[in-house]
Amino acid sequence: MLAYIVRRLFAVVVMLLVVTFVTLSIFFLIPKMTGSDPAAMFVGKQADPASIEGIRQKLGLDEPILVQFWHFVSGIFVGRDYTGGGDTIHCAMPCFGYSFRTEQEVSTMLADAFPVTLSMVIGAAVLWLVLGVSTGVISALKRGTIIDRAAMITALAGVSLPIFFTAMLAMLVFRTQLHWVDATYVPISESFGGWFGGLLLPWVTLAFLYAAMYARLTRATMLEVLGEDYIRTARAKGLPEPVVLGKHAMRSTMTPILTIFGMDLGALVGGAILTETAFSLHGLGGLAIKGVSERDLPLILAVTLITASCVVIANLVVDLLYAVIDPRVRLA
Amino acid sequence: MTDKLTKTGAALGEPVAPSKDAPSDAFLDVRDLKIHFPTDDGLVKSVDGLSFQLEKGKTLGIVGESGSGKSVTSLGIMGLHTVGQYGRQKARISGEIWLNGRELLSADPDEVRRMRGREMAMIFQDPLSAMHPYYTVGHQIVEAYRVHHKVDKKTARRRAVELLDRVGIPEPAKRFENYPHEFSGGMRQRAMIAMALVNNPELLIADEPTTALDVTVQAQILDLMRDLQKEFGSAVVIITHDLGVVAELADDILVMYGGRCVERGPAESVFYEPQHPYTWGLLGSMPRIDREQTERLIPVKGNPPSLINIPSGCAFNPRCPYADVPKGGITRTQRPELALAGDRHFSACHMPQEERTRIWTEEIAPKL
Repeated sequence: MLAYIVRRLFAVVVMLLVVTFVTLSIFFLIPKMTGSDPAAMFVGKQADPASIEGIRQKLGLDEPILVQFWHFVSGIFVGRDYTGGGDTIHCAMPCFGYSFRTEQEVSTMLADAFPVTLSMVIGAAVLWLVLGVSTGVISALKRGTIIDRAAMITALAGVSLPIFFTAMLAMLVFRTQLHWVDATYVPISESFGGWFGGLLLPWVTLAFLYAAMYARLTRATMLEVLGEDYIRTARAKGLPEPVVLGKHAMRSTMTPILTIFGMDLGALVGGAILTETAFSLHGLGGLAIKGVSERDLPLILAVTLITASCVVIANLVVDLLYAVIDPRVRLA
Repeated sequence: MTDKLTKTGAALGEPVAPSKDAPSDAFLDVRDLKIHFPTDDGLVKSVDGLSFQLEKGKTLGIVGESGSGKSVTSLGIMGLHTVGQYGRQKARISGEIWLNGRELLSADPDEVRRMRGREMAMIFQDPLSAMHPYYTVGHQIVEAYRVHHKVDKKTARRRAVELLDRVGIPEPAKRFENYPHEFSGGMRQRAMIAMALVNNPELLIADEPTTALDVTVQAQILDLMRDLQKEFGSAVVIITHDLGVVAELADDILVMYGGRCVERGPAESVFYEPQHPYTWGLLGSMPRIDREQTERLIPVKGNPPSLINIPSGCAFNPRCPYADVPKGGITRTQRPELALAGDRHFSACHMPQEERTRIWTEEIAPKL
């Protein structure tokens, strides 16, 4: 088990290094393909060749890719000094460089955006897990009844409606018309109530989509599990039906759901772009859009790396968890 | 419609007229059991008027091919057609099932639930799929014991280990901690038997207990079941398509076809003086090592009847090689009822008994 974890962690590190390297290569490929120069992007349009050259040296953009790769990776762990033009700027660990546009430290921008995304994703995740799984279970147990049909039609709507539509609708109804919730995000450190109120709509909107998917998955899994021989055995032993369902059936039903849950969590940290944009939340998704639309290469690099890390780590956790849940999975 | 039950002897009981009020003397008394499932294509009559009795300490073998209603009958006795049928169309069950003087079909479902596992237990065909893959074998046996006994975990564990030991699992205390997938097929079936016997049930139903096992392991499991029955003294219903299995274990044999009993009697007489053409067919398709193999096995031609459209009259008629034998004015649409054909031996066939005896002794038996 321990050897397995060590091996998997090693694989995670290698994977992240590869992601970093590939992403870093945009610093080389984009100038080649578009004819634009990263150093010139940093300095601005009306810069003279000398200052562009100075910046190029200062940012280390004239170095070979492997050297830049080494500077970038070591910068994350120990910080990095940018020397050139007579002065030295120290970028503290974890250093992801400076934004081409705002000249802020990218790490600061990440530190501002990450809690927003995390708050939104985790809050929504709790909501959709509870809502989706319970709806799915009830639907399965009431199969064919009006309850099941209503739940599944709602779920179909949830899966089909694009999130920007449901987000707009939610805002129109609950914020603009009913004034039930606030509009803006407040960090949890400032006010719990403000944080909760500000995120309620994004939570509900995001959870609606995912709860719909989870309800469908739970229903299908539960129905499959209920047909298993071991459920019949549990009943043949004389177990009361709540034990048969709550213990024997739920344990098997939750396994695939937990797997997908882990993956979804990881993916959403970097991928809830639509929801963040719709609710004007300045999270990682917003940073990604900003980075791409403004060709802010350091920002793209950092967001990609953070998102990839979340996905890879979520995968690892799911795999480990799976071995705990299902004894048939051997970690060897 | 009700079978005229006139039989004597330990396992088959006295003549009974079906009545809700009269509890039977027999330990297990199934009377005119019908289990029908409504489906989109029509009513599936899986069991359509089945009656039999069984005494404690005796073994009844129910034989028949796939879809003859064997398993449906066993699940019906356990009351498993009525629990957990979420959203499914309910099975229509009628008749009576008396177990130890109590009628199960009209009893409170929770009372039947409390009898399950304690007074009647079941062994299933495939022990791998019949055990929960996420719980240890020990946990599953302990669970079966603790539903019915208010004891602490330690006591239950001792009991489970004792049973695992009794069914021949080496190092039972260690194997207690294993998961089902860590057991071999034979060991798993032993563990299933331990789980079924943990509460000392008076009725044990084994549904194809050896079908999923290797031939060598089959023999071990059958030996084990025979020993355990002697020790526990329970009544056993063994359901199988394998006549070899019932030859090993059964005191009485009941042959099912199309949801009904076509022949029933003491094992010896069913084996050596079978009365029904379908039983002949089963015997002819069974490989035997105790005789010189002179001819190929003879399969029963055709397919089992659709349980939605069971042929009126004799269900076996379309496949019966003797359908054309004159039957003294009986029409094809008349259903043959069980009639006495020997000592405690019943058969449902329109052919005159002398004719059947002649066919068996002259045409069938020499070829087997």
